[in-house]
Amino acid sequence: MIRFILVQNRQGKTRLSKWYAPFDDDEKVRIRGEVHRLIAPRDQKHQSNFVEYRNYKVVYRRYAGLFFCLCVDSNDNELAYLEAIHLFVEVLDSFFENVCELDLVFNFYKVYAILDEVFLAGEIEETSKEVVLARLEELEKLE
Amino acid sequence: MPYHNLKALIKAIRACKTFADERSLIVSESAAIRASFRAEDSFTRHNNIAKLLYIQMLGYPAQWGQIECLKLVASPRFADKRLGYLGIMLLLDESQEVLTLVTNSLKNDMNHSNMYAVGLALCTFANIASEEMARDLCNEVEKLLGSSNTYVRKKAALCALRVVRKVPDLHDHFTEKAKALLNDRNHGVLLSGITLVIEMCQQTEECLDEFRPMLPLLVRHLKSLVTTGYSPEHDVAGITDPFLQVKIIRMLRLLGRNDAQASEKMNDILAQVATNTDSSKNVGNSILYEAVLAILDIEADSGLRVMAINILGKFLSNRDNNIRYVALHTLNKVVTMDTNAVQRHRSIVLDCLRDGDISIRRRALELSYALINESNVKDMIRELLAFLAVADNEFKLGMTTQICLAAERLAPNKRWHIDTVLRVLKLAGDYVREEILSAFVRLVCHTPELQSYTVSKLFMALKEDVSQESLTLAAVWIIGEFSTTLMEQGVYDGNESRPVTDTEVVDLLETVLHTPYATPVSRQFVLASITKISSRARTTEPVRQRIAGILESYETNLDLEIQQRAVEFAALFGQTGIRAGVLEEMPPPEVRSTVVGVVSENKPVGPTAPAKDSTLVDLMGDEPAVAAPGGASAIPAQANEDLLAQIFGGSTSSAPPATTTPAGNSKASVNDILGLFGSTSVAPAAPAPAMSSPFDALGSSGGSASLFSTAPATQPARAAPAQKSPGYVAYDKNSLKITLNPQVSAQRPGVVLITARFEVAGSVPAQGVNFQAAVPKTQQMQMQPMSNTDVQPGATETQALKIVAPPGANIRLRLRVGFTMGGQTIQDQVDFNGFPPGLTGSAS
Repeated sequence: MIRFILVQNRQGKTRLSKWYAPFDDDEKVRIRGEVHRLIAPRDQKHQSNFVEYRNYKVVYRRYAGLFFCLCVDSNDNELAYLEAIHLFVEVLDSFFENVCELDLVFNFYKVYAILDEVFLAGEIEETSKEVVLARLEELEKLE
Repeated sequence: MPYHNLKALIKAIRACKTFADERSLIVSESAAIRASFRAEDSFTRHNNIAKLLYIQMLGYPAQWGQIECLKLVASPRFADKRLGYLGIMLLLDESQEVLTLVTNSLKNDMNHSNMYAVGLALCTFANIASEEMARDLCNEVEKLLGSSNTYVRKKAALCALRVVRKVPDLHDHFTEKAKALLNDRNHGVLLSGITLVIEMCQQTEECLDEFRPMLPLLVRHLKSLVTTGYSPEHDVAGITDPFLQVKIIRMLRLLGRNDAQASEKMNDILAQVATNTDSSKNVGNSILYEAVLAILDIEADSGLRVMAINILGKFLSNRDNNIRYVALHTLNKVVTMDTNAVQRHRSIVLDCLRDGDISIRRRALELSYALINESNVKDMIRELLAFLAVADNEFKLGMTTQICLAAERLAPNKRWHIDTVLRVLKLAGDYVREEILSAFVRLVCHTPELQSYTVSKLFMALKEDVSQESLTLAAVWIIGEFSTTLMEQGVYDGNESRPVTDTEVVDLLETVLHTPYATPVSRQFVLASITKISSRARTTEPVRQRIAGILESYETNLDLEIQQRAVEFAALFGQTGIRAGVLEEMPPPEVRSTVVGVVSENKPVGPTAPAKDSTLVDLMGDEPAVAAPGGASAIPAQANEDLLAQIFGGSTSSAPPATTTPAGNSKASVNDILGLFGSTSVAPAAPAPAMSSPFDALGSSGGSASLFSTAPATQPARAAPAQKSPGYVAYDKNSLKITLNPQVSAQRPGVVLITARFEVAGSVPAQGVNFQAAVPKTQQMQMQPMSNTDVQPGATETQALKIVAPPGANIRLRLRVGFTMGGQTIQDQVDFNGFPPGLTGSAS
């Protein structure tokens, strides 16, 4: 199961954080810092996209200046979660039409809504991009 | 000045130049939002919460907005509700009290007529429900599992998952509905359903049995996913819904574990997945990886297993680091199960030691340890040593330990073992455990034939580098102990050997003392070491004076331990009577303390000669090249060992005539018991008085007397606690009877201590008894001097032998005895193998 999801830029500013397990506020701040320091200096080309973190594993992927990190259990299938990150990013990209960091900043509440359509309770919920996008469109109309 | 909407606030925050600006802006904005909340302004609430959530995301406190979120949720407007639930998910988690207030809103919304509102409530529940909330809303979730709306069903399935995680007892609410979910045609629902079932099955065996009958259905699902062609809705890089495939395979893994029948049923489909999945992209590999995990976990047939390991082997040569990472990770788990299959990929594993990624290196390293065996130990250790030179510091401690343990366990010969440890000490001397260090010292002490080699190597190594702590400690101790060997044999510099003077040795040790790398421990070692050197025969007087000077300079050292040593050693300098005895070479360290007849000079039979490795010349197959010296009988007791040594060494090099006076013999390593106690230059006196006096001296000096408390044990140790066997008559001719009394101990199989007893049958004493023994090459033997070489009628004299043999081996001895009786010199030789089999323990 996913313990938390973080989207951070290269400076370590958090653009999205979702916690599926309870952590208190101080702990959250610490984790953000630790994960950033763990991931940012890693070599994109020559290093794997998995890092051990505490008793878990962080599966991350970098898109332009943004790191998408999933913290998962150590016996989970890392490769599948890597693919899940890509699915999420594809949905974001379709939704915002060529997504950039600022889209995530100004529309952070929408990003959370998208996240909740792809991941729920720390598990992958929907794997079809079309289904997610159709659903989001309907929700937009209701606003 | 509050900003009128979220966008304005974000812009303002982004415009802040410094952290302090941002902070003050947020503080004032938070105050404005709080004031607005107090005014109960329901029109601005939405806006305020949105701003507050942004502030929260930046890491500022926003807990105080929780109640406002609850109010927002209660609003009839969908947009308000949506933001309210978002706020709840962000500001609250299961550990907070306020959550109980949310339960009612969730309950209402789960029963809402608007499916979107139901969706919001389910989503919130799935993300933050607490144990209490799970109990309260369990029925609602159960009901919604049967909803006709796929969107609601899939969210409800994950809510049920949350309920089961929080309160495992509630699983029976969902068992039936979950079965229905497994039949669902919608991928989202099916995926969520399987996730739920996996969780339930992991929790209790009972659930697992409940879902066992669903196996054929799952296999069917997987088959249709694998075989259907392109399906646009769920296609990822040409593969249909990899996420669902991965989940189904994980479920199969649970069902097949410890269930041969179920495993049989899924063999085919897993084989199909393993062969047909495209491995060129990450998507395909994620499925292959899951399939491999499943195959290794279930009771798969051996062909499938081999296929799985081969897939991992293929992963290892993949250029993608992620794939290599998972391959190594998995191989680490299976290596204990099926070492041979993994062994085939050894070279690729070793290549991964040079990978750019530390986590790959770490895994490759772990795997390498597991792959070391008898047949590849040399290659593997060579690779590991090459890696040790460049390894990350955090690996070194583990590596030195693992390498040395593997070398100890699997070394093909001692020379290689010593070379390996030496190399480790040189490469990573700062990262060696104390146990490894002492094991090395033990090894050197027990390998007399390589002592000169080792000490010269260490001497050279220390000359080059004094910064590696463990190397320094090992070298200092061993040089101190075997300084005589070092000075006699010189060092092998390249191919030729070069003599080493005592000044050179002390120079080097003094360097160690003064280097910035010196630690209190290494200084203590040096002090002990130079003190030992000072008492060796080879050390000249000026050097001895210099050593006294060094010791003196440390008598006021601030480190108490060093100071104490310096003072004691300096005091010892004055005690000429006992100094040589106290500082004599140490007996090779034993695990067991009770050793028959061992005084401190536990001498090996062979000389530490230039005569190659094989000091233990095999008399068995060897023509006794040097005729047993007839004059031997005339030589007193201490000649025993010298003679034996020369007989052995004599066949290879020009040995001095056997009859050389032993006192003049410079070989300290074959020194005699008398030389131990008396000063070396003094000719040996009669045995008895020479032995008693040093004990008196020791008794008065107290302290170290315990070292010698076993000294009287040159007589047979009848009280030794070890298991005792009856004596075996080895020789009974010419009125002399020799009985061998073997002793073994369960803790140390392979070590046999033998007490030889000499008795004369008639009334004529046997004089100058010279007893020699030899063992096959595979065994090692050490001999003590005889208690008295003149055997009087009615008396029993003894001599102790220690044999180290491989467990299971038979002890065979070739014995040679020479003595004079009634003016007649008698020489005789017999072979003895009368000990019962199994004396050396059973072969393991």
